Amino acid sequence: MTETGPFRLPRGGRLIDRAYPLPFRFDGRQMRGVAGDTIASALLANGQLMMGRSFKYHRPRGPIASGVEEPNALLGLGQAGRFEPNQRATTTPLIGGMVTTSQNCWPSLNADIGAVNNWLYRFFPAGFYYKTFIHPRAFWKHVFEPVIRRSAGLGKAPTEADPDKYEQAYAHVDVVVVGGGIAGLAAARDAAREGKSVWLVEQTPHFGGRTPTDHADGQSHVDALVAELQGMQNVTLRRSTQATGLYDHGYLLARESLADHDPNAGIPRQRLWRIRAGHVIVATGALERPLSFAGNDVPGVMLASAVRDYINDYGVAPGRRIVVVANNDDAYRTALVALEAGLEVPAVIDARNSVEGALPAAVRARGVRVLTGSAIAGIKGGHSVEAVKICAHSGSGDVTETVDADCVAMSGGWSPVVHLWSHCGGKLNWDDAQAMFAPDPNRPPTGADGKAMASCAGAAAGDLLVAGLTGAQAEAAIMPVWVMPQQATRKMKFKMWLDFQNDVKVSDVELAAQEGYHSVEHTKRYTTLGMATDQGKVSNINGLAVLSNALNQPIPATGTTTFRPPYTPLTLGTIAAEARGELFQPLRKTPMHGWHEARSAFFEPVGHWRRPYCYPKAGESHADAVAREVRAVRASVGTLDASTLGKIIVKGPDAGKFLDMIYTGMMSTLPVGKCRYGLICNENGFLIDDGVAARLSEDTWLVHTTTGGAERIHGHMEDWLQCEWWDWKVWTANVTEQWAQIAVVGPKARVLLERLGGMDLSAEALPFMGWAEGEIAGIPARVYRISFSGELSFEVAVPANRGLELWEKLHEAGKDLSVTPYGTEAMHIMRAEKGFIMIGDETDGTVIPQDLGLGWAVSKKKADFIGKRAQERSHMTDPERWKLVGLESVDGRVLPDGVYAVDEGVNANGQRKTQGRVTSTYMSPTLNRPIAMGLVRHGPDRMGEVLEFPVAGQESYKARIVDPVFYDKEGSRANG
Amino acid sequence: MLILTCPYCGISAEETELQPGGEAHLKRVGPGSSDTEFESYLFARKNPKGVHFERWRHAYGCGKWFLAARDTATLQVFGTYSAQTPHPTDEIVAAIRVHRPDWQPDWDSAPAAASSASNPAAISGETSAESPKA
Amino acid sequence: MAEALARISQVQDWGMIQIRADLERAGDAIAGAAGLTVPGRGRVTSDGSRKLGWMSPDELLLVLPLSEMAGTLTALRDALSTEHALVLDVSDMRAVFRIHGARARQVLMKLCPTDLSSMPEDGLRRTRAAQVACGIWREPEGYVLIGFRSVADYLRNLLTTAAAPGTQLDPR
Repeated sequence: MTETGPFRLPRGGRLIDRAYPLPFRFDGRQMRGVAGDTIASALLANGQLMMGRSFKYHRPRGPIASGVEEPNALLGLGQAGRFEPNQRATTTPLIGGMVTTSQNCWPSLNADIGAVNNWLYRFFPAGFYYKTFIHPRAFWKHVFEPVIRRSAGLGKAPTEADPDKYEQAYAHVDVVVVGGGIAGLAAARDAAREGKSVWLVEQTPHFGGRTPTDHADGQSHVDALVAELQGMQNVTLRRSTQATGLYDHGYLLARESLADHDPNAGIPRQRLWRIRAGHVIVATGALERPLSFAGNDVPGVMLASAVRDYINDYGVAPGRRIVVVANNDDAYRTALVALEAGLEVPAVIDARNSVEGALPAAVRARGVRVLTGSAIAGIKGGHSVEAVKICAHSGSGDVTETVDADCVAMSGGWSPVVHLWSHCGGKLNWDDAQAMFAPDPNRPPTGADGKAMASCAGAAAGDLLVAGLTGAQAEAAIMPVWVMPQQATRKMKFKMWLDFQNDVKVSDVELAAQEGYHSVEHTKRYTTLGMATDQGKVSNINGLAVLSNALNQPIPATGTTTFRPPYTPLTLGTIAAEARGELFQPLRKTPMHGWHEARSAFFEPVGHWRRPYCYPKAGESHADAVAREVRAVRASVGTLDASTLGKIIVKGPDAGKFLDMIYTGMMSTLPVGKCRYGLICNENGFLIDDGVAARLSEDTWLVHTTTGGAERIHGHMEDWLQCEWWDWKVWTANVTEQWAQIAVVGPKARVLLERLGGMDLSAEALPFMGWAEGEIAGIPARVYRISFSGELSFEVAVPANRGLELWEKLHEAGKDLSVTPYGTEAMHIMRAEKGFIMIGDETDGTVIPQDLGLGWAVSKKKADFIGKRAQERSHMTDPERWKLVGLESVDGRVLPDGVYAVDEGVNANGQRKTQGRVTSTYMSPTLNRPIAMGLVRHGPDRMGEVLEFPVAGQESYKARIVDPVFYDKEGSRANG
Repeated sequence: MLILTCPYCGISAEETELQPGGEAHLKRVGPGSSDTEFESYLFARKNPKGVHFERWRHAYGCGKWFLAARDTATLQVFGTYSAQTPHPTDEIVAAIRVHRPDWQPDWDSAPAAASSASNPAAISGETSAESPKA
Repeated sequence: MAEALARISQVQDWGMIQIRADLERAGDAIAGAAGLTVPGRGRVTSDGSRKLGWMSPDELLLVLPLSEMAGTLTALRDALSTEHALVLDVSDMRAVFRIHGARARQVLMKLCPTDLSSMPEDGLRRTRAAQVACGIWREPEGYVLIGFRSVADYLRNLLTTAAAPGTQLDPR
């Protein structure tokens, strides 16, 4: 028996199996629990009452609850990447070999230096930080902030990656019942009998909720219901599954624990269910409230329900002499359970003057003193309860009697768990008789059909006894007690905790009210009441009642703060689920991707695509590789994987008319067999894409987009076709991935392609800006004679499944030509050498074609095109707009990307005025000097002027405005 | 997270399968419009609390744009309907009125023909310069 | 070691033809050339070796053996020559996976925000698998999932991860 701790009772514990002892460590000490224990029950069994220290004052704290509402017993679990802070000891099942550590204390739990805050409590009232650290300002950065940062925060964040796996799953269910207590089980049965598909999710590993502990024959009632549900085909029961939030249109999130802290299971640790529920039945029960008396946070003071849970569920004695303090009949159950377990109950302290119910009678019959009209004036003891000081509840705390005790079981009444009901807009009513907020069935959260998407059952609905199912007898009325005793002194209120985790006391809330914080939402933020990891599950109602009293208004006039998901904290891993590592996001790969990888290509992301940036050889830097690739293309021939370019088929009798609207230029006049460069703007007039369109037949065009633009431009086209010109006869199809596309570029491009045999690629058969169809190396191909480098260039499109074959044949056949694969950076440099713009470099969503010297590609004859009207707006025709120019570095240094050219004078903020910026900048391997492009005010009219580009910590860069075409101005090289 | 039924394929799709497209039934104005008309078309949006008509695309599905009538405060969906509709249909109006009897359409109830909202003329004969660019 | 939830395999030899047309007007012509009746909204028709799937109100997808591609393309184009229609070979732009086994549906339940239980036996559902678009239909042994070729590696990894042994969705 003592093997599992000195406080383990000789009998009892409905949830534990004494046959399986489990060793574990707490702050380095070896301890033992048994199978079925939570960490809290195991620690209590070992006599370890103190499980942590509070956030602000570092007060010693033990558990006050036995479930998810626990504010104090938060531990760090695990080691290294599996370390998790702030885990509730009361809900975490004990696993053999577990390593647990206390938080918020240094150097140790028993001798915590931060506890000095505790002696200074008078100097740390609500709003302390706001008031104190305003002046002097310089002190904040150098003194206050570093000190506060070191001492603040609950627990420590792990620094290593989480090694566990997580997953998500979707479910579509007619009715989801949240809560596997007796009301939830019955609601599930009723819904299932109507033939609906039903899920029941229960946060703990056990069905039944409080019923087995609190009601005679409770377990057998529960067992019967569970057995019936298990026999129903349309019912799914999930235990250890926490519903964390209810969102719009019946979207319910629930976390299922699969292998929590059992890393050897090899399966996901948790699964996040994304459930679409036709209806949600909230059967989440109720939570007991603490009483606000001086010293209510001393370890050993617990909720009455928790005390009987530890005894009944785990066979653990939270103390040997238990004083019960209450304002209701329910708490007397704790006295009976304690007596049954052979523990002493020296007294029950009841604030009510008249106590005549059946439960109190049963307690009296066991010879226990019931002190009516009484209250607790204070607790003797610091790290644990030694004695209870008793006073009259109506008075101001004059001690009438002191009773030795090592545990106090308190009950201030019960609050329905209305979180899910409230998450999506369900409203509450104040129930005066039961002193609680309960759901208003007439104001439910509504779904897509405007009808209630949730309802409440059992204690969550305000029916605390659920007598219809439990057979419980009626109990005498509760007497609301928000401060104990009624006339408590200010000094006593400094020791009455409301929010245990954030150290918010009755005195803090009263101070906030006094300072004008009349809104409960403001008081919450000023005092931090309910803002800790427990989200105020045990503190909120007490806190707003104290606020109401201080403001001298009824509780419903104060209202509640907003209930926000998640109900209990969600590990980020469950939200990311499979989307990490390799699966973080879809990587799009071209048919030649494997070849690039095998050549150690350095990839860059372009949208979700991975494109080779360059192909460095052994020992070669990226810059050297890029320079080598550029020179090889300009000298002989290179190949670029251009498969990622968007390819959209546009077909139909109205296709030409449609493309004339999509492009700024004219596409309807393009002859079959020809290609034309075009610009696409949005309705705001700004450039969004560019590329070459080819006319494939009388009624069919192929539109090339940028790599990132295929889906976007296809969507843009479909939007206009479906929503504006829906009577035009045009079909579009995004066939980007049907084709592998290879740009064969350089003076030897034709020589290389002709070696593979097939179609006629001569200048006569296939002139510049033409396209032709045929075969190359026996592969069906479409060849476009277009150039983005200024060199002789053929873009060869073949079916994707044959792209690698063609690529390999090109490299085999071109060995003696030193055919060189080149990447996106070489492509970028070569286009910049030619002064070609790049969407995303020269454009940023605010640039129009006219800014880039592309007015020639904007039709002046067309009556309309998308963006035309916008380009007529005064701002767009303003001569002050920055325009594209070339920039030539004066001192030979490469200009940094994105730097601004300064102008004379300063703006209203005292900053230098600007007159331009760099949009593309490279070291040109062809010219052996830096080149750049930029947008400059009146740029094209200022050739030869030198601009200054200041850069912090460096000598200003200077560059001369020049023509943006740096290489082959006459354009002869494209003809080979 | 919303669920909307695509009127084209009849599927109840959740928001992650859809792409939002802002206010529905905007009337395009192009060249020849005044600055005020054009500004209103480009930028002025109703943003009501209550009944609203929106564009959604069944992006992870049939790819069709459709329109939805929805209450922006309660998220009640009154119906979804074809994007090829100049104004909300009579059925949609009736469905809204069942739940919002006081709600009044703010458009001219004269039925618009189911044809193009604008009719840009295509002019042929222009020779466009060609750029050596891929 | 427990068993995987389903067997994931990639199909490499299917031809696919995208057809866009006014299905009301051109339905008979398509059916004649494709050799299958035009499916109703959200459905697939099949004759064993071919399938014709409804992709949108004006789009069908014909799946057929690669060897029959060229002839069928021509037949469809001829049959639709007087219609405003688009017929394209899209065989190379897709990645196709089979998900076979008793728990095949559970694999898809982890990836698709779709009520698979309400999908008819001859249904075709376009949706997403995690972060990419896909289409799903049934086979006697499980499901077929088609996605885009560029994300074939992503899809394979995704499906294999979702089918990992021991990860069944059955209540524990």
